[in-house]
Amino acid sequence: MKPANAKMQVSALRSGTVIDHLGPRTAFKALKILGVAADATVLIGVNLDSGKLGKKDILKIEGRELTDDEMNKVALLSPQATFSIIRDFAVVKKFRPTLPATVEGLIRCVNPACVTQDPRVTGRFLVVGKEPLKLRCYFCERSLRENEIEFL
Amino acid sequence: MKKNPLLGRDVISMRDFEAAEIRAILEQCGRFAKSREPLLQGKVLANLFFEPSTRTRLSFDAAMKRLGGATIGFADALSTSISKGESLWDTIRVAEGYCDIMVIRHPAEGSARLAAEATRVPVINGGDGSNQHPTQTLLDLYTLKQRTGRIEELKIAFVGDLKYGRTVHSLIRSLSWFKAELWLVSPPSLRLPEDFLEDLRESGTRHHIVEEIAAIPDAVDVLYLTRIQKERFADAIEYERVRNAYQVNPTNVARFGPKVTLMHPLPRVNEIHAALDSHPGAAWFDQAHNGVIVRQALLALCLGAA
Repeated sequence: MKPANAKMQVSALRSGTVIDHLGPRTAFKALKILGVAADATVLIGVNLDSGKLGKKDILKIEGRELTDDEMNKVALLSPQATFSIIRDFAVVKKFRPTLPATVEGLIRCVNPACVTQDPRVTGRFLVVGKEPLKLRCYFCERSLRENEIEFL
Repeated sequence: MKKNPLLGRDVISMRDFEAAEIRAILEQCGRFAKSREPLLQGKVLANLFFEPSTRTRLSFDAAMKRLGGATIGFADALSTSISKGESLWDTIRVAEGYCDIMVIRHPAEGSARLAAEATRVPVINGGDGSNQHPTQTLLDLYTLKQRTGRIEELKIAFVGDLKYGRTVHSLIRSLSWFKAELWLVSPPSLRLPEDFLEDLRESGTRHHIVEEIAAIPDAVDVLYLTRIQKERFADAIEYERVRNAYQVNPTNVARFGPKVTLMHPLPRVNEIHAALDSHPGAAWFDQAHNGVIVRQALLALCLGAA
């Protein structure tokens, strides 16, 4: 049964980006990855009922249109996320992300002996598997599985 | 002349090379066994060793000198600006102005890759922590080819410490591209890490995980032996037991016949009985000597002189 307050959860956005179908409890991580400023206007829905996913998170970011690259970054966290760019209450673009071939910055290598532990070196990962997600550190070649991914 | 697979490239990881390129590199090695042509006269190699290594450093030094070139460098980071807090990036950018090619050995994994990004001159990885040591892998492949006549479809048993040895990891991964069948002989505590086993499964490489030398079939082409390091064991009694269980001697290798190739990356402790030095298949000193030949080939190829 649909919850009675479903309407309230998806109140409208004037302009910006709506991220739907985020995995449950990933909304705050997504904000962090996207570097959304502390003073930005953001609506956050956590653990909402979802027909497709069981539970999901939703983010509505006012006044910011995410770039394709930014949306692809979120896919690392939640591959099934969908994006809508809104202008004056109208959807002008819908986007389903694809995983990027490489990911720069963003993720910490779990290998304590990796050269990227030096804060002067920016990490880089190659996406070597999509389902399940598998990354490999470009520098030390250590593989990272989905559950080992640690965002900076 | 065949296309040079290394022209304008670095030698950082075995992952960077396709099987055909590895074959092409090994084919080039043969000529350096005999010739002392001064192909690199006037060129300078910088040996940047941020951690101690005797054999790799000396063999690169010998290789460059045999090719008529000169070498500069340091043998530990204490004598450099690194000890003053200089970044690896800056050290490499500075060294770039002094040389035509550089070899880097550094305890941080991925350091050689970073060095290659920092500089225009070719970089050869002389070992980055427990990650890669591609020149060791290439000299092992060259020795395999020299001894068995091929690198394809070999039956190889790896014996001892398969968990920590980067030499073994890199060689196993490379052999998986050449349709090898592998016997992985180790105590459970020193088994090949799951990451590598997963790669073997993905590449469809036949492999057998066993715990005893007795489980290796008579028909293997190669026994690749490794050093079992005492510091890997919390319990001294357990270390003694394992160490003795994985020792090869004239008695337990007799069934493999005189044609089996016996390899070890050295240094060795007691995993090989001294009498086996005179076994016709004993190849460890060849491996060490081939290191110079293979490094000569790599230096000449990277600089476009071969």
